Amino acid sequence: MLRSVITSAALALALGASPALASGGAHLDKQAWSWDGVFGSYDKAQLKRGYQVFHDVCSNCHGLKLVAYRNLKEIGLSEEEAKAVAAERETKDGPNDEGDMFNRPGKLSDRYISPFANDQAARVANNGALPPDLSLMTKARVGGPDYVYSLLMGFADAPEGFKLGDGMNYNKVFPGNQIAMAPQISDDLVTYADGTKATADQLTKDVVSFLNWAAEPELEVRKSMGLKTMIFLLVLTALFYALKRKIWKDVH
Amino acid sequence: MSAPAFNNKIIKWIDERIPLFTVLEHSTSSYPTPKNLNYWWNFGSLALFALVIMIMTGIVLAMNYTGHTSMAFDSVERIMRDVNYGWLLRYLHMNGASFFFICVYVHIFRGLYYGSYKAPREILWWLGLLIYLAMMATAFMGYVLPWGQMSFWGATVITNLFSAVPVVGNFIVTWLWGGFAVDNPTLNRFFSLHYLLPFVIFALVFLHLVALHTSKSSNPLGIEPKGPQDTIPFHPYYTIKDLYGVGVFLLVFMGFVFYAPNFFGEPDNYIPANPMVTPPHIVPEWYYLPFYAILRAIPDKLGGVIAMFGAILVLFALPWLDSSKVKSGRFRPVFKWFFWLFLADCFLLGWIGGKPAEGNYIPIGQAATFWYFFHLLVVLPLLGRLEKPLALPASISAPVLKEKA
Ligand code: HEC
Ligand code: HEM
Repeated sequence: MLRSVITSAALALALGASPALASGGAHLDKQAWSWDGVFGSYDKAQLKRGYQVFHDVCSNCHGLKLVAYRNLKEIGLSEEEAKAVAAERETKDGPNDEGDMFNRPGKLSDRYISPFANDQAARVANNGALPPDLSLMTKARVGGPDYVYSLLMGFADAPEGFKLGDGMNYNKVFPGNQIAMAPQISDDLVTYADGTKATADQLTKDVVSFLNWAAEPELEVRKSMGLKTMIFLLVLTALFYALKRKIWKDVH
Repeated sequence: MSAPAFNNKIIKWIDERIPLFTVLEHSTSSYPTPKNLNYWWNFGSLALFALVIMIMTGIVLAMNYTGHTSMAFDSVERIMRDVNYGWLLRYLHMNGASFFFICVYVHIFRGLYYGSYKAPREILWWLGLLIYLAMMATAFMGYVLPWGQMSFWGATVITNLFSAVPVVGNFIVTWLWGGFAVDNPTLNRFFSLHYLLPFVIFALVFLHLVALHTSKSSNPLGIEPKGPQDTIPFHPYYTIKDLYGVGVFLLVFMGFVFYAPNFFGEPDNYIPANPMVTPPHIVPEWYYLPFYAILRAIPDKLGGVIAMFGAILVLFALPWLDSSKVKSGRFRPVFKWFFWLFLADCFLLGWIGGKPAEGNYIPIGQAATFWYFFHLLVVLPLLGRLEKPLALPASISAPVLKEKA
């Protein structure tokens, strides 16, 4: 263990690749997100649609363990809807008064229950690959939401001569260009309750928006508080400056 | 120190028993400060301000943080999501570290340009360097606490450097880790030390200020004040100027905290630490990059480590390496150019430090490392002897009066 850590560290030290290389070097498809910029905020309807995609598709393989079921109310699910989602999966609890551990349906206070009991079980079900938890995905990759968008839209046929591994799929932006996840998005994959047309582009934007909310639920509070803070500081600094001018008036 | 007369009875009563107010009076109201300090002199008080922010946010973070490998990452995310304004605390602390370093770097280069390290301020300069070293250690250990991929691998790479020490190297590394790999004991001791060191820094800052108030502030002209016409009391002149600086500082700092909180961070640190998966690119925080470049410029591991530590240690000898009697770069026509070249060289090193050690980056890094040491060890000693400085003004007031006329 010690030796392997040292050698791999030394190797990384010597051969480290730049972040651009790490993300496959491919050009990311930059999107205009509703939360971009100083005044940006989430589009609630979009988050709810994105949640639908996550729930129906991604959550079969990926966890979202930093988000609690109660948090789903923030994006427009009703108390009943959130409770129903929580109850879809079971979690271990206990011990009860008899001293036994038992399984019970999820509750609002639980964090999103992962689809697999542990990493090993997840790998067995996914051809040896581990579907990472998506709670922080848009913060954990260079390019953030644009990367995740480009990844989901970046599946294509492997170019001539590209050696694709067993069970692997060609992807334009994934590092190394082959990923163990099959293409997930296609037109009309889900039927939106609000009548929005479910094109592949729309589905992807929606699910990435939802994931960005999952990673940065504080974003809206942060930006609005930021604006007030900046205005306050501008006034304060202007006052300090005026005072400075006044006090220093006679110094030559 | 003659005790000032206090009118307030309570203040007088206290001051006769413990001279708190006398000390305060001497170090603010009546502390004579050169009247010609420019805005580069604001960065000392800004660094202190940043330190206070770090300690205040850090103490509250520590109330909610869990120092265990199985919980550290999630506890930080709990702070981000469930603790009231936890995201603000954490982003203030995270970006505060970067801004602390920005202030200190400007402060150091201010000193380099204006020759602030020269007699009688050598010990003041040393104390500053000790603060800088303690900051590097503190920030390094703080970065390990959230236990993301970069936390883990950064800690592994940096602690591994000590294995280059002959004979006892591996023993030192095992001792630092508290085991045979970076693991829970490492995280625990880093948390403990991360809590301790900022207070050591605070003590060093106190000594730094005692030394400052003994030798007094230098100034852009680099000539000592000749009398009361050259100085003004610190309060209210510099208190208000420093406050104005704090306002501008906060505007920039808060801009990052609220609108680009992860600008200085690495996305990889939002992936929980995993000893089995090495990230493709291990980079330290930006403030270490120049030293990381020096480390990698030397093909030999031990040599690299010596060069890296040497790059800071050599600064302790600066008061004697720089042989010029003239302090301020303003009156040193040749030094001025070398100063800007040196600054550019440090930026170049920082840029190289963030690049992989391959291709052209290697010779560029080596050339920049060479110049770093060449400037300090050869150029500065020679310049003082060869360069003909401009005529110094008679006093601080003299040129000011002339400029006004
Ligand atoms: C059938 C299982 C499965 C489903 C359904 C699935 N994924 Fe994945 N996903 C995987 C696996 C397996 C990996 C790991 C791929 C690898 O490491 O090669 C992965 C990886 C990822 C990654 C990480 C890529 C990276 O840079 O490391 C993202 C992002 C992702 N999936 C998003 C999604 C989204 C969004 C959905 C829903 C639209 C989804 N996945 C649905 C199995 C799945
Ligand atoms: C010299 C002052 C300090 C510096 C430069 C500093 C630096 C840092 C850095 C760089 C991090 C990692 C931030 C991240 O990526 O999340 C960190 C984390 C942390 N620090 Fe500090 N720190 C200082 C003072 C303190 C003090 C005084 C305390 C406690 C009393 C403290 C407690 C913590 C805790 C609990 C964390 C982990 C939480 C987190 O990662 O956000 N720090 N520090």
